[in-house]
Amino acid sequence: MASSSASQPSRHPTSKGVVGSQSTPTPTLKVANAPRELEREPLVLNNRSIGWITNAIAGVCENPMPMWWWPAFILSFGGMMTMFSLIAYLVSTGVGVWGLNQPAAWAWDITNFVFWIGIGHAGTLISAVLFLLRQKWRTSVNRAAEAMTIFAVACAGIFPVFHTGRVWFALLPGYLIPFPNANEIWPQFRSPLLWDVFAVSTYGTVSLLFWYVGLIPDLATLRDRAKGFMRRFFYGLFSLGWTGSNRHWSNYEKAYLLLAGLSTPLVLSVHSIVSFDFAVSVVPGWHTTIFPPYFVAGAIFSGFGMVLTLLIPLRSLFKLHDIITLRHVELMCKVLLATGSIVGYAYGMEFFIAWYGGSPYELYAFKNRAFGPYWWSYWAMISCNVISPHFFWFKKLRVSVVFVWIVSIFVNIGMWFERFVIIVTSLHRDYLPSSWGYFTPTWVDVMTFAGSFGLFMTLFLLFIRFLPVIAISEVKGVTPQADPHHPLGGAKEHH
Amino acid sequence: MSALSLKTYGMLAEFGTPADIFEAAMRCRDAGFSKWDVYTPFPIHGMDEAMGLRKSPVGWFTFCGGFTGFFSGMTMIWYMNGFDYPLVVGGKPLFTPLYAFPVSYELTILLSAFGTLFGMFFLNRLPKFYNPLFKNLRFRKATDDRYFIVIESADPKFSVEATRAFLTDSCHATAVELVED
Repeated sequence: MASSSASQPSRHPTSKGVVGSQSTPTPTLKVANAPRELEREPLVLNNRSIGWITNAIAGVCENPMPMWWWPAFILSFGGMMTMFSLIAYLVSTGVGVWGLNQPAAWAWDITNFVFWIGIGHAGTLISAVLFLLRQKWRTSVNRAAEAMTIFAVACAGIFPVFHTGRVWFALLPGYLIPFPNANEIWPQFRSPLLWDVFAVSTYGTVSLLFWYVGLIPDLATLRDRAKGFMRRFFYGLFSLGWTGSNRHWSNYEKAYLLLAGLSTPLVLSVHSIVSFDFAVSVVPGWHTTIFPPYFVAGAIFSGFGMVLTLLIPLRSLFKLHDIITLRHVELMCKVLLATGSIVGYAYGMEFFIAWYGGSPYELYAFKNRAFGPYWWSYWAMISCNVISPHFFWFKKLRVSVVFVWIVSIFVNIGMWFERFVIIVTSLHRDYLPSSWGYFTPTWVDVMTFAGSFGLFMTLFLLFIRFLPVIAISEVKGVTPQADPHHPLGGAKEHH
Repeated sequence: MSALSLKTYGMLAEFGTPADIFEAAMRCRDAGFSKWDVYTPFPIHGMDEAMGLRKSPVGWFTFCGGFTGFFSGMTMIWYMNGFDYPLVVGGKPLFTPLYAFPVSYELTILLSAFGTLFGMFFLNRLPKFYNPLFKNLRFRKATDDRYFIVIESADPKFSVEATRAFLTDSCHATAVELVED
């Protein structure tokens, strides 16, 4: 908690009624208790002052990183470099280094793509949807969750781009990006695969903008506390000269609200369009109308799994228990329970419609999922996704952080298997038994996917190192100390 | 007096709590100042009314961005698949807004977001890397846990003595000082 305020007390004489910058709760003020039925756990525990919040959060990226950070970073960085090397191998050799081939021409690549893009959805849900719903608890977790979104979208983008093999055709004009080219060919806009290009790139861009807008006031806080030249320069550059002017806040809050309002239909459309990649085709097991809502619920489910996987260690390693409280963990478990139940319902309904719809191909596809050669992946998915969220009916389990963390890992595993089941089991046996096959990943498949976690964690560890992991100004704004009409905000009795 | 005001950016007043600055902002508004501002580490609820600000016009930039996005998406797809290189797929019409909708929808959101962001920057005149307030050490707490009002010397009602007295006595600032330009 190295703070500039501690070294310059003389310039800031604490006067009467000031909520001090030190970590002292205000002892003189008596706050009338709400009736018991209206009582809520506070969002920031222990009555922390505004200055304490600055010190606690900014301290994380100002102080030297703890010892565990370096081995974690080196491991992640190694994973990332492994992935990049294997991508170089793929590009120079050909897409055959991956195990996919007819009939399963989509396999781990698209599984990984949908897995990563789904992870991102929790970040946008927390930052945008919960903002519109005025769920103030989001302020403690939205920054890290939004960072997770952006890093997950970065990981997701790699797989569809490189599964095209001759990647220069995918990126250069002609196939994906509409751009005048020598062949005078334009992309085919009836294809959901092209919709996906626009959906995912818009999603990545808007998530980045939203994250950056949220960061500006906090970067200004870091700028004003910065000791070294480099920090002052870069935080100063990226905070754009933010002063905290209320004329600025007025436009800023409106812009933030609008971005939240834009991100909400965006996040729902992105995974709907990802599901169109499958649902618009005529493959049994894919051609179903339940896909868009089922995919969106699954995405939020997996994303909250990843948020919990990341934030539970983060809050204990950096002692942020007063800001990311047990109540936050508990609320996120409830989201897991709700979305996990929707996912479980969708699994059941898919089977029901396969039978009720009367199409023998559809019915076969589903029987084959559960009892065919990939039965193990189906039951791995069911046990992780259908059973694990239902532990969270019990409050005791929702507030046991170690248990929640373990379940969140199972959610991540289960949601990866869900995409694998949908993609590979539907493709490997199509209409013609003579072309049936069995997909097995190669070592390049496995190591590229493992390496994408390296990329994700490298970015996340750098985020912890250089940026405030919690939205400082937003957390301040939801405390009673920030309310001019609350006694803790300095309001006099007559208010 | 005039020589002094040339070098002076304004009068800086510090407050300790949101309630104090809220009241002070209402007094400044009622005193009829025009070139003044409140600086807080987080947006204070109701401060726009306390300062007498009009509603933020950012939404117009969002609307223009979204409008441009939707119609440029539709036009682009009509031009590419229906006009410049007519592409027959499944015997369907060369262009309908239905298949063009998902991409136009995403472009609506994308350009709305850009409109919002750059509209906000434009209205706030950001980035602005030089600000006389940055030279004031006390002001560094404006992004931490202190609350400030600055009345600029360019304000017609500004006078060093009277404004200082106003901020100290009527607004109950905990500290008042001149900021050099």
